[in-house]
This record gives sequence, structure tokens and C-alpha cells, in this order.
Amino acid sequence: MPAVLIGKKVGMTRLYTEAGVNVPVTIIQAGPCHVTQVKSAQRDGYEAVQIGFVEIKPRVSTMPQIGHDGKAGLAPQRFHREFRVKPEEVENYPLGKTLTVEVFEGVRFVDVIGTSKGKGFQGVMKRWGFKGMCASHGTERKHRSPGTISGRASNRGTGKPKKGIRMSGHMGDRQVTARSLEVVGRDAQNNLLLVLGAVPGANQGVVLIREATRLYKSKANLAKAS
Amino acid sequence: MSQQQIIDAVEKKFLKTDLPKLSIGDTVDVHVRIIEGSKERIQVFNGVVIAQSGRGIGQMITVRRIVANEGVERVFPLHSPRISTIEVKRQGHVRRSKLYYLRERVGKKRRLRDKRRGLEQLITEPEKAVETEAAVATAGKGKKE
Repeated sequence: MPAVLIGKKVGMTRLYTEAGVNVPVTIIQAGPCHVTQVKSAQRDGYEAVQIGFVEIKPRVSTMPQIGHDGKAGLAPQRFHREFRVKPEEVENYPLGKTLTVEVFEGVRFVDVIGTSKGKGFQGVMKRWGFKGMCASHGTERKHRSPGTISGRASNRGTGKPKKGIRMSGHMGDRQVTARSLEVVGRDAQNNLLLVLGAVPGANQGVVLIREATRLYKSKANLAKAS
Repeated sequence: MSQQQIIDAVEKKFLKTDLPKLSIGDTVDVHVRIIEGSKERIQVFNGVVIAQSGRGIGQMITVRRIVANEGVERVFPLHSPRISTIEVKRQGHVRRSKLYYLRERVGKKRRLRDKRRGLEQLITEPEKAVETEAAVATAGKGKKE
């Protein structure tokens, strides 16, 4: 059964492990989520489960939304996300089923997907880590500029520089996945999940938490050892 | 619950409850657990609390002492399991929250005056104060007559 929940980033703090090491921890309010729709291969072309998070008043929702969540016998939900499941596992997700932080029972590493903080229009030094240009040696008004973006000859025939050249532009406010974060604690009573390290986005931002799909090598070794 | 309340609730389980009441200017003994391989021993760091920072689980104190005529400052996270105990030895009379001026002091000037005796008792026992006031009042009346 894939362990997936929608959550809200509460904030960061630091805790002490049993060995007395001080570690940074992010607190995520994970769930409770409800199954709002089950997608089937016959009807939708693929097997998936849609879950909703945070009940809202019908007054602040829309009629289509009320109807959609009403089919599952639920009040309208603020956030919806879906995840794929295997055809034989669909039975585990009846409409309206409540998923709590208990789904992460026995899960050691999770991926957290969120929307990063928006930084606005940024230059290449902040956005891509370019070094900029000399402070002196005759440099004028170009201290933070990218330098050359190559000639048109590098992409002959188009009359333009190559595609994908890193330039200034909008930074942040895009989907980011923080992979293989260790789960430090679970609090079923308050629906809290504590993970090691930072997760994308600002506090109160909505995140999707899932069991780590592909561990980093060092973490995979850790998981194997235990 | 607000965001901060949730964070505080999570931290609460990790907070120490047996910490003494510390204030700036106190002379303290900090017992630090030192792990050397499999052995564990306790080292005592004695000095004056010159600064306090942070709150909750991130609360830190800076302790200053003089070793071989050289000032040594160590910053201790109060709630760390590596700090076994903290004892307050003396209470100094200070008027600032950060005693960085002690860094420039040499010799006898480094020492802090002791907190005035009895001042704390007066505040913690308001009943007694009221009693004494009443006594004074009656005495005053007697004089007038």
C-alpha cells in the first residue's frame, strides 16, 4: 500500500536524538485525509486514488466541488491530490476512507513535495550561482552580469543562441521534491509527522508526503543496515 | 492550535524540567557529560553567566571563566542531554542582560557584586510585607498620639 498524505508545513525546530545529537526537524501536520475519488482503468484510463485535505464550509466552496466531494459523503475539501495504486490494491481505498499519519507506520524515509518560496525575478548570480564579473580591471556596470551567452553559431540555422542557456528570470514558486527525508517521529493524536531537515516552501504551505520512491545511496545503505 | 503552539508542544517533551532558575550574572557550575569512546565522565565548567539567548529547546547560556589569566567562554544549550546538571553557586548584582563589558575588565574589577540579600524574599512574600507595613502604620499612629 503506498503511503501518501497531504499535509501542512507547521515549522521547524530542533530536537535531541537519543545519542544527544542536536538535529534540525520539520514539523508537518499530515492529514487526516479522506478518499474523495477512486479512478479506474476502465473509466479514467489508469488506477489512482484521489485524497482531500482540510474540510471547508460549502459557502466558501463551489457547486462542482461540493458535488464531487459529496459523492464520497464528505464535506467539500480544500486540497486534492492523487496518487497511483496497483489495480489489486484499489479495494483498500473505499470512498470516504480516512487516512491518518498511521499510514507511515514502519516507513523510515519519505519524500516531501511542496512549492518553494517565490523569489521573484532574479539575476544569474542568485538564480544559477554564476560568479559574475570582476569588481575592477575596467569592468563597468556589468559586475553581476552572466557574460557571454555564446554566439548564434553554436546553434546553426536557428539564428538564436542555444535553448536552455541559463539566464535571469523568475526564481522559486515552483514544485520541489525533497527526497529521502528521515522520519524522526509520528504523533497520531495530533496528526504530526516529524522529518529530519528542511522541506520546500513557507510555513503553512501545503505539501504532499509519500514514502521515498528512490533512496539516496547513503540512505539506502542505512535502511539496509537496520 | 496555532503553528507556534504546535511547535511548542512538540518541543515540550524534550525540555528539561529540573533546571534551576538562572539569571544573568550568576556564577554557575555546569556539569558536562564527556564521552570518550565507551567511557563517560563529567567535567565541571565553573563561571559567570554573561548572556542568555534563544527560547524553548534552543535556549543557550554563555558562561565565562578565567583560565590561566585568559578568558574562556563556552556556550551551552540548556536542554542538551550532554549537560547533566547546572548548579547556581552565587547570584551577582547586574543591570544588563548581556555582560560583554566583563571581557574588557581585568583583575578585581571582573567580580560582580552579590545580589542584595532579602530583596528577593520581599518580592516573593508579599504577605510579610503587608504585615510589616501595618506594623509601621500602627507605630506611626502611636507617635502622633
